[in-house]
Amino acid sequence: MATTISKPATLVGKGIRRQEDPRLITGTAVYVDDIKMPGMHHAAIVRSPHAAARIAGINTEAALAHPGVVAVFTGADVKNLGAVPCASSLPGLRVPHHHLLAQDRVYYTGHPVAVVVATDRYVAADAASLVEVQYDPQPAVADPEKALAAGAPAVHPQWPDNTSFTFHQEGGDTGQAFRDAEIVVKQRITSQRLIPTSIETRGVVAEWRPGEKSLTMFTSTQIPHLVRTLVAGILGMPENHLRVITPEVGGGFGSKLNVYAEEALMCYIAKEIGKPVKWVESRRENFQATIHGRGHVDYYELAAKRDGTMLGLKLKLIQDLGAYHQLLTPAIPTLSVLMMPGLYKFKSISADIIGVFTNCVPTDAYRGAGRPEATHGIERMVDILAAELHMDPAEIRFKNFVGKDEFPYATTTGLFYDSGNYALPLQNAMAQVDYAGLRQEQATARAAGKLMGIGLSTYGEICAIGPSAAMPAGGWESATVKIEPSGKVTVMTGASPHGQGEETTFAQIVADELGVDIDDVMVVHGDTAVVQYGIGTFGSRGTAVGGAALFYALQELKAKIKKFGAMLLGSDNVSLVGGSCVDDATGKSVSFAEMAVAAYHAKTLPPNTQPGLVATYFWEPPNFTFPFGAHIVVTDVDRETGRISIRRYVAVDDCGKIINPLLVAGQVHGGVAQGLGQALWEEAVYDEQGQLITGELTDYALPKASFMPLIESSHTETPSPVNPLGVKGVGEAGTIGCSPAVVNSVVDALSPLGVRHIDMPLTPQKIWKLIVQSGGLS
Amino acid sequence: MIPQTFEYTAPQTLEEALGLIAGGDRKILAGGMSLIPLMKLRLATPGEVVDLGRVSGLNGISENGGVVSIGAMTTHHAIETSRVTRAHCPLLAETAGHIGDVQVRNVGTLGGAVAHADPAADYPAALLALEAQIKLISAQATRSVAASDFFLDAFTTALEPGEIVLEVEVPAEDQSEGYSYEKVPHPASGFAVVGIAARIKKDGNRIAMARIGVTGMGAHAFRALAAEKVLENGGSVADAAATVGDGETPNSDLYASADYRLHLARVHAARALATAISRAS
Repeated sequence: MATTISKPATLVGKGIRRQEDPRLITGTAVYVDDIKMPGMHHAAIVRSPHAAARIAGINTEAALAHPGVVAVFTGADVKNLGAVPCASSLPGLRVPHHHLLAQDRVYYTGHPVAVVVATDRYVAADAASLVEVQYDPQPAVADPEKALAAGAPAVHPQWPDNTSFTFHQEGGDTGQAFRDAEIVVKQRITSQRLIPTSIETRGVVAEWRPGEKSLTMFTSTQIPHLVRTLVAGILGMPENHLRVITPEVGGGFGSKLNVYAEEALMCYIAKEIGKPVKWVESRRENFQATIHGRGHVDYYELAAKRDGTMLGLKLKLIQDLGAYHQLLTPAIPTLSVLMMPGLYKFKSISADIIGVFTNCVPTDAYRGAGRPEATHGIERMVDILAAELHMDPAEIRFKNFVGKDEFPYATTTGLFYDSGNYALPLQNAMAQVDYAGLRQEQATARAAGKLMGIGLSTYGEICAIGPSAAMPAGGWESATVKIEPSGKVTVMTGASPHGQGEETTFAQIVADELGVDIDDVMVVHGDTAVVQYGIGTFGSRGTAVGGAALFYALQELKAKIKKFGAMLLGSDNVSLVGGSCVDDATGKSVSFAEMAVAAYHAKTLPPNTQPGLVATYFWEPPNFTFPFGAHIVVTDVDRETGRISIRRYVAVDDCGKIINPLLVAGQVHGGVAQGLGQALWEEAVYDEQGQLITGELTDYALPKASFMPLIESSHTETPSPVNPLGVKGVGEAGTIGCSPAVVNSVVDALSPLGVRHIDMPLTPQKIWKLIVQSGGLS
Repeated sequence: MIPQTFEYTAPQTLEEALGLIAGGDRKILAGGMSLIPLMKLRLATPGEVVDLGRVSGLNGISENGGVVSIGAMTTHHAIETSRVTRAHCPLLAETAGHIGDVQVRNVGTLGGAVAHADPAADYPAALLALEAQIKLISAQATRSVAASDFFLDAFTTALEPGEIVLEVEVPAEDQSEGYSYEKVPHPASGFAVVGIAARIKKDGNRIAMARIGVTGMGAHAFRALAAEKVLENGGSVADAAATVGDGETPNSDLYASADYRLHLARVHAARALATAISRAS
């Protein structure tokens, strides 16, 4: 019982290995597809091969006659159930009714049309091909700018302009800024559609228990509680009769920050057939029917003085929404507008978003969710301005940064940047690469006809999402801490970590606060029947909001155990030291386990104190947090082939206080990998007919480990005043900082050829064509 | 990613295998690195699959009288690492090392790759440059087909119904030869956008022999005969490379248009030739 006392060393700040890893590495973790139940059936989904078509008829006879098939469901069966929800609200937003299965039309390739349920997964797949759907193909449009053109096919016939919404935001006087400008630079900049591609695809197992009138759903999600509330709403059942369990999640990156038709469908089917049912998405389905990210066409105008002082920024943002609104689809570009000033002191901004329907799968949150697009835009524009003014891109940034003494800083987009020292990461990164020396080397290389580029980006992001006022359904997070009678500690977090490592970081926080051994701490999450209501993990909020809730719950619990310590010691003047309670006068102490036993045995109780040691805290953050950093990328471009080699990748990130540097490094590395994916390789391409031609991993170029450069990662630590841990969040930083640094570097390499902008991905073919067009091959 | 129902047979002997293959809607599984994904995507839906994995005598590398014989079921990894291939046909060993990834190389086989004849496969370029012979066997007969007569079209070879690849015979490379395989891998699939296999024999400063195999460019791999001639007639590497792909209709896709692919083939032909020349003694 005395094993948990005296742990003087602090764990916060130490790079201890992840508690989660042994089960992941040894293959003993349990994912949705590992779940098997007696009598479990399997579902296969019939999906539209057309991007736009009327459904003239569906014949399910052959499928139903196939041995082992127990049911086939079509749109008619689910017509009266609720719609797939969109939680975003914008003035005048057009929201198409998103049925669980297509009704009389399909709107994108992969649109679910029918579900075949069979005793076996293979039988279900065979029978799915026996469902005869008569399609009457209609013209489709897959490109958002073409969708806006006169005469374009209407994605939803009731809205022939294909416009779901327009949204205007203005801060300061852009008219004045552009009148005062001595130079204005303009550029069209795209952030292409990306496929989030978690290694574990989506999957659902649903079980109906008729006696209890209750449903249990296992689903691979980032937001189990929100899924419970919203799926119960779709089905018209009481949410406390629906239990959502999220086992191990093999990646989400925002694509599982959603409520999908398949989740409600499997619950409905389990109840209809009276048997458990499983559906696991194939990779092709994952590409066709799980949300995509990005999908921007941005038109920027930047007004400045000739000395490089930036005055105003205008943006026309065309957002490719796809055919429907998923949970946050229309909200994502509004995040881009919030972050469009970057780290700079703009006096004015003006933005117009046009949300455009296309015959494609919906876009929604993907790692960074609106901020990578914004950062890419502003960081490209700053470089374009610097080039026009013949200024060094570092110098123009230093000139325009919000100063370190100006926090909290009110932006023209209505945010309050919490804390920062924006120049420091850039100074550190420049020192690390010997920036001046690199520029000299570049001059020599250029003289020899070589294409060498130095690119930098200084990014800011908006994390710890977020205050409830800014969110559709609450932006707080919850934590319960229980000290068990044996002195072991159980944490139940409403955040639903799925790879970020909070089982480790939260245990570090608990170990330090309570003075217990980290191995005595168990962090539980992802089961709505066990964990109090929570919001989930996304927007770099797990630790910055969920960790803060945990911290406050721990303070309540500490106050309570101290009462038991005082009682046991018979003294009013006691302190918690390590895991013990010490009498300040006598130095006598009682152990953590002794206090736990006293609280549960309850032979005597301190005045006005309940037995037990449990505290729950729902923490509402007063603000977002604003991490920042600087990335420098050095590239060499092969003049003959257009191939890009990354010579150096230096990332200096400031995510506030660091709880575990090992996990932070992992987040930076993963983020940079996905940023490089966007910059260099990845692009979801639909053809004119709305067919996804990058529909498999043989076509869609996800970065491989062998493609990665050495990432030289370091940090500055500016604590956030927003939460007691001083943390800011780091899940998305790498992705946000990366792509503009890479593109700036390659544009810099090609600038002697007159190139001033290149849209992503920077494929060798694209670079080669630019070199050829400039006559640079000769 | 769930294949249609199929019958699976794993014969133990060559005779048994050839008997099975002689009739019916049967696909041959020889590693399965292409067939299995095609079946999982339901792009191939064979009624019966005959797995050659347990047939004895189809696996192995040996050298005899200046000819390297490689059994059809020999894995890419074995070809990449075998002392025999490294010593006697290093071009093939180098080429094998560019196929897929380690997992693929540990399972995929030479015979499977050759019979599948993917237009972007790596081996055909090397086998053409090496002037290899593909030995085929059926229940009735064996025959030998030159690599240049074997690859007929995309996914189409000289194999007749009932025939399988038995082994590949590669004339040993002369120790003084230089060789190189230069590949532009597709970033997603790892297949060759273009792949150039080059062999060079020098006579003093003169190029006595040049063999150049090109893959990824067209429906099937081909020899760059004009380029070989330019070099053998004393022309420069640049002039030789500039003829690669003449008369061909290059493949075109999202990653590489026809003109870019042709350009890549020429650039990498020059690089492969430069390496091969530098390695020749």
